[in-house]
Amino acid sequence: MFDFSVVTTWIDEGLRGIMPASGAIAIECVLIGVLLLAVYAVFALVLILAERKVCAAFQCRLGPNRVGPWGSIQTVADMVKIITKEIISIRHVDSFLHNLAPFLVIIASLLAFSCIPFAKGLQILDFNVGILFMVAASSIGIVGILLAGWSSNNKFSLIGAMRSGAQMISYELSIGLSIMTIVVLSGTMQISELVESQNDLWFIFKGHIPACIAFVVYLIAGTAETNRGPFDLPEAESELTAGYHTEYSGMHFGFYYVAEFVNMFIVAAIATTVFLGGWMPLHIPGLDAFNQAMDYIPSLVWFLAKSVVMVFVIMWFKWTFPRLRIDQLIRLEWKYLLPLNLVNLIVMVLIVALGWHF
Amino acid sequence: MSNLLLLLVVLLTAVALVCAGWGFGVWLSPRSYNPLKEETYECGVPTRGRSWMQFRAGYYLFALLFLMFDVEAVFLFPWAVIANEMGMAALYTVLFFLVVLTLGLAYAWKKGALEWK
Repeated sequence: MFDFSVVTTWIDEGLRGIMPASGAIAIECVLIGVLLLAVYAVFALVLILAERKVCAAFQCRLGPNRVGPWGSIQTVADMVKIITKEIISIRHVDSFLHNLAPFLVIIASLLAFSCIPFAKGLQILDFNVGILFMVAASSIGIVGILLAGWSSNNKFSLIGAMRSGAQMISYELSIGLSIMTIVVLSGTMQISELVESQNDLWFIFKGHIPACIAFVVYLIAGTAETNRGPFDLPEAESELTAGYHTEYSGMHFGFYYVAEFVNMFIVAAIATTVFLGGWMPLHIPGLDAFNQAMDYIPSLVWFLAKSVVMVFVIMWFKWTFPRLRIDQLIRLEWKYLLPLNLVNLIVMVLIVALGWHF
Repeated sequence: MSNLLLLLVVLLTAVALVCAGWGFGVWLSPRSYNPLKEETYECGVPTRGRSWMQFRAGYYLFALLFLMFDVEAVFLFPWAVIANEMGMAALYTVLFFLVVLTLGLAYAWKKGALEWK
């Protein structure tokens, strides 16, 4: 497997060779920031286009096909357009909170995004409590959404934000517990170690039944966490016009839009990292020739392929299931997913303690 | 580089992204004044009253329940890391804790706190 830390150490040593250490670190910080922004923006653009294309395919339409080949630069044109739209300031809003909210949403999304292990050594933040940090960071977004709804002084926004808050905090539990099920199996929370320890077999196969249950629960909760798919009642167009971002316009709205799509990718990436082996190729114990053949595919390709499949599944949810009512949503989480998750955790501990996993 | 420095870099990048997007938006977009444009969005009619008002208590109930279970999750994460090495002892030590919590959930369920009314 190609280790990207070779590239980063090479850049680091090169920079240290021509300038003092503090200058090298400063340049690296700027480099990381610029790269992070570029990757973030590219992901947002690609995901918005993918969503529109997938949605079109599900509805037997063509989707965007005029701007560029197969409509591929449609979203770039959309972004240019959204930047040149006026940012309207409403008279009755709490303007400080109204302007603060997009910052929180983007900070949450970018913090979680920077924890994603794209390939071996290609990861910005790698804490020893990595996966917990990732979940915690992404939940800052709830505060941003609540602030946006509250500060807008609009009843649509308020209802949307409150629904969103109730939904996101409820499903946060399922996300935490289903990831914990895998942490019991792996014995580590550091994301790079989590991926490395799937060298022999991915966790979804290693932990068989409880891991599969945790995976399904995670997918449902993750979809709910991004306010998407059948769980998009915070911004149900037919009831609430646009939910918590009704009063946002121009690029101010654009932040929510971008963050929502990148959050979808983050959920897919966590699912990939925790359950499907991250950038680790498919290895089956005993089949050495097969494992070596799999190693020839670069780790970046493995990671992106798995996350694209997960993103497709999340989009599939959205265009297949009808929207839930709020009482159904709350019942699904508190009466089904949460007890299931608690039992599943105990089963996983039993399996690990008795050594019944692969 | 240390992780905390990187964390700071990511935070600053996020702030810079919002500032840049916002700045470009303000710089490039046209501006025109219209008293109707400043009104709160409503379906064509003037809004009645403010929206900073009382709303249903159901949301708070779920926030409280969430708090209980989320703190539990934070307590359980360190246990989950070493559960692998502890073996059966991990199960015994945490089972009591989980049973008490489950009793709490069962009580809330029985009291109808999990219903959306």
